[in-house]
Amino acid sequence: MKLDRRTFIELSVGFSVGAGTGILLSPVNWKLMDDMTIWSQELWPRYQLGGLKGQLPQRGEVTHVDSVCTLCPGGCGITVRKVGDRATKIEGRAGYPVNDGGICILGAAGLQLLYGPWRVPGPLRRAGQRGAGQWEQVSWEEAIAEAVKKLAALRGEGNAHTVACMLGSDRGTVPQLFARFMKAFGSPNLMRTATAEDTYELTLGLMQGVTSSVGYDLERANFILSFGSGLIEGWGSPVRVIKAHSIWRSANVKERATVVQIEPRLSNTAAKADRWYPINPGTEGALALGLAHVIIKESLYDDNFIRNHTFGFENGTDATGKGYMGFKRLVLTKYTPEAVSRMTGLSSSKIINLARAFARAKYPLAVWGRGKGTMPGSVYECMAVHALNALVGNINRPGGVWARPKVATQGWPEVSQDATAWTGYGMPRLDGAGTKRYPLTGHRPERLFQMASEKPGAVEALLVHEADPYYTTLDSQAVARAFENIPFVVSFSSYMDETAHHADLILPNHHYLERWEDCPTPVGLQKPLLGLLRPVVAPQFDTKHAGDTLMTIARALGGTIANAFPWEDYEGLLKETLADQWDTLEETGYVEQAGYTPPAWEQAFGTPSGKFEFYVSAFDQVGMTMRKDVGYLPHYEPVKPEGDAALYPLVLIPTDLMRLADGPVGNPPFCTKTLEETELKGNDLFVEVNPETAADHGLSEGQYATLETPKDTAKVLVHLFEGIMPGVIGIPKGLGHTGYDDYLAGKGVNANSLLGVVEDPISGLCATWGIRAKLTRV
Amino acid sequence: MSATEEEKEQTVAEGEQAEASDEQAMASPEPVKPGTWLFIIPLVAFFIGFVVHLLVGWVVFPLLLYAGKKQPIDFNHKLHVEELGECEGCHYFREDGSFSGVPKLANCVECHEEAVGEHPEEAKLVREYVEPGKEIPWLIYARQPQCVFFSHAAHVNMAEMECATCHGPVGESDHTRPYQYNRLTLYSRDIWGHNIAGMTKNAWEYLQIKDSGGTIDGPARMKMDDCAECHEEKRGVKDSCFVCHK
Repeated sequence: MKLDRRTFIELSVGFSVGAGTGILLSPVNWKLMDDMTIWSQELWPRYQLGGLKGQLPQRGEVTHVDSVCTLCPGGCGITVRKVGDRATKIEGRAGYPVNDGGICILGAAGLQLLYGPWRVPGPLRRAGQRGAGQWEQVSWEEAIAEAVKKLAALRGEGNAHTVACMLGSDRGTVPQLFARFMKAFGSPNLMRTATAEDTYELTLGLMQGVTSSVGYDLERANFILSFGSGLIEGWGSPVRVIKAHSIWRSANVKERATVVQIEPRLSNTAAKADRWYPINPGTEGALALGLAHVIIKESLYDDNFIRNHTFGFENGTDATGKGYMGFKRLVLTKYTPEAVSRMTGLSSSKIINLARAFARAKYPLAVWGRGKGTMPGSVYECMAVHALNALVGNINRPGGVWARPKVATQGWPEVSQDATAWTGYGMPRLDGAGTKRYPLTGHRPERLFQMASEKPGAVEALLVHEADPYYTTLDSQAVARAFENIPFVVSFSSYMDETAHHADLILPNHHYLERWEDCPTPVGLQKPLLGLLRPVVAPQFDTKHAGDTLMTIARALGGTIANAFPWEDYEGLLKETLADQWDTLEETGYVEQAGYTPPAWEQAFGTPSGKFEFYVSAFDQVGMTMRKDVGYLPHYEPVKPEGDAALYPLVLIPTDLMRLADGPVGNPPFCTKTLEETELKGNDLFVEVNPETAADHGLSEGQYATLETPKDTAKVLVHLFEGIMPGVIGIPKGLGHTGYDDYLAGKGVNANSLLGVVEDPISGLCATWGIRAKLTRV
Repeated sequence: MSATEEEKEQTVAEGEQAEASDEQAMASPEPVKPGTWLFIIPLVAFFIGFVVHLLVGWVVFPLLLYAGKKQPIDFNHKLHVEELGECEGCHYFREDGSFSGVPKLANCVECHEEAVGEHPEEAKLVREYVEPGKEIPWLIYARQPQCVFFSHAAHVNMAEMECATCHGPVGESDHTRPYQYNRLTLYSRDIWGHNIAGMTKNAWEYLQIKDSGGTIDGPARMKMDDCAECHEEKRGVKDSCFVCHK
């Protein structure tokens, strides 16, 4: 047979048709169809996610571990669900005294912080320029040896006091280990970040003569007057306050409380309040005194408390025979509703009605601390609000403000200092805290950086633990300059935060879900509580407990420094320190004093008069003599925002969002996802502007604008919002990170860099509430 | 119309019709006379194509689609059942009702911290897994897709089904059979079933799987239809999607 064209065609067509029929009668098509659906549904997405390994959760036994969350000072109890040895979900711990089963968005996203790519994988030494992100991975021995070498050299040169330490808190054994280290090493410069809680502590010290933290009996209050506190935006211990808010908002009329929000912006708290009074930002203190005026004038105050347990209400003479003006006289003369109306922009009738409603409520409570309470604020403003609580007699009463004693760690042997330590520790603090100028303040973190940038050589080394001052300190550019003057920065951070990014050495701590630690009473809680962090999972990276790292450094430094740390390791120290509480802690995870009640009025006050002092005689005791009587009384002293009103016609205020972490812990991706398109669009941040203001500046919704303050300039998007007062711009805090990773870095603008530090005259802490600003069309 | 297209048309016509028309014959370079035996050529080609591809589909395709792996240890179920009792001895339910599945190394270590016999596979277990403390990477024949929620508790404890109903008489085997998986989906071959057509009996009627070492009983199929069929038979309803697909 000749294979001609025709035969070839016949053969091939015949074969093809036969092949097709054969395949059709085999399972190939049907089987592949089934496989392709599975492949496209399950395999393809996994390939796109970067491969087959690690994409699917392990299978294994489901267990639950109870611990405590430390992502904010709220100290919630958590229950972590584990499958095998992997943590898969964080839930609020049922029955925990703070949050009873509730959890906030940040706490729930904690696993992203544990397993996320921004963890520091092990001890790192800077390899390139500062902040260039070039690191060399070193062994723990090498890393610690390097820290020891630098610290020992400074000590040898007699510069022990130039070593500063910045902590996120001073409560619990780890911060106290750092304090102990600094004392044994010979430096007075132990700092920690300051918050509104510090200002309230100072106020309690001044007006009540106690060393206490403020506790609010929120659950039992039935008229909550909030001076800008973001009650559902993360103020206090967020879950606890939100739970209390649910009680106040209850459908049950008997339980239902009245919530009044004083704030220049319609925050979520304001939106959910019974009444919202926008007032000129920064005039909260004036309003508090205006309300006091009405309460006093109309005799609506608690007569028993004022008459028997207060000092300085009426005019009088002190022990030295010097006459003084009472709170009543000051308030009645200076803070009439009309005068306050002019200051705050709120009408007199509203002031009068609000004062009456507040004073007539059964359990009235005035709360203070703007937003999340992360900025310390003005002492006089805090005193004015606290005076309102005193007027209605809710101090240490159900539904009122409680002074909760601060408990120091007990049972540690005294630190014996050698001559170097003694000399260094005796040097004046760089921040001027505790000096004649600021005798009442313990730490002035912002001042440390000002000193470092003004005086090269003032800070030769900086140790940073559980804080991110490079990001959180206001006036970021000044902090960046300060870092340039600090030759050696050591970060103990678990995450590659901004401070770690600009450090020379990172000695990463275990993540909070990987370590043992004690967690003392959360912020704002009225009853003492001690929680225990326990390892939920084994350390995921080559990290080391900061307590152990510090003790290893101390031991390597030798001499009295080593002797100050007689414990074998941190876990041993913790067990020994918590001694009789340890068994309970290990078993239940916390020790509470459920039956705690604050002392009665007769025993509550440690002031010179033994009473609640409207007229603070403690000022004289610490040598802060005021020129005028008014200086001893709660009064309105405006905190002027920085900037010239002519150049910067608007006022910029930071706003706090529950869905945006703005502290030392970066916002996890889960939380960033929840930001609205009017908060963050791509990498651009929106600022809130009243339509009136926008019209004046020729701006419209979604338009780019340049936001300029005396401190910094940023490109932002404009969001028109009728809930913000005209002339005021709101900027969310918590974005504009440069550290961490692509999930966070480069998104938005850091509000802290636009703000500056305005010092409070009493505390020397940052009293800033805003700054003057200019908004121009791009 | 171009010349090529013209030719194509003609090709189709020729293929389908053995007897060409006059017009086509005119167009062909060498005309074929009607009635010659040459009409058989396309039929033979058809038959060859048909048989070859039938074989490809039924025999070669499964060989290409599936890959085999050996279990890390050749486990003797029969011996362990004799020593430890029923399936539940090792494949137990935890206190919370969840099913433990394949035992962890810790379970093995309870007896095999050191070799108790002289079998080379046991020596391998001790050497490669027990001593370094490494989990044994068992390959799981009956692993359902990720989208399937399956509760052993509901089937074994509540419906009182036998393990062998779905898994086959695994407990009677001396050796582990090779684990075969689909190269495309990465699923175990037991899910689709060893019959490539998928037209086998149901899972609860085991299939004799041919293996190099002889025949082993295994599940015939574990697809969704099998679940639904049993649910319909035992419960009267096929059940909703979300019963298994949460």
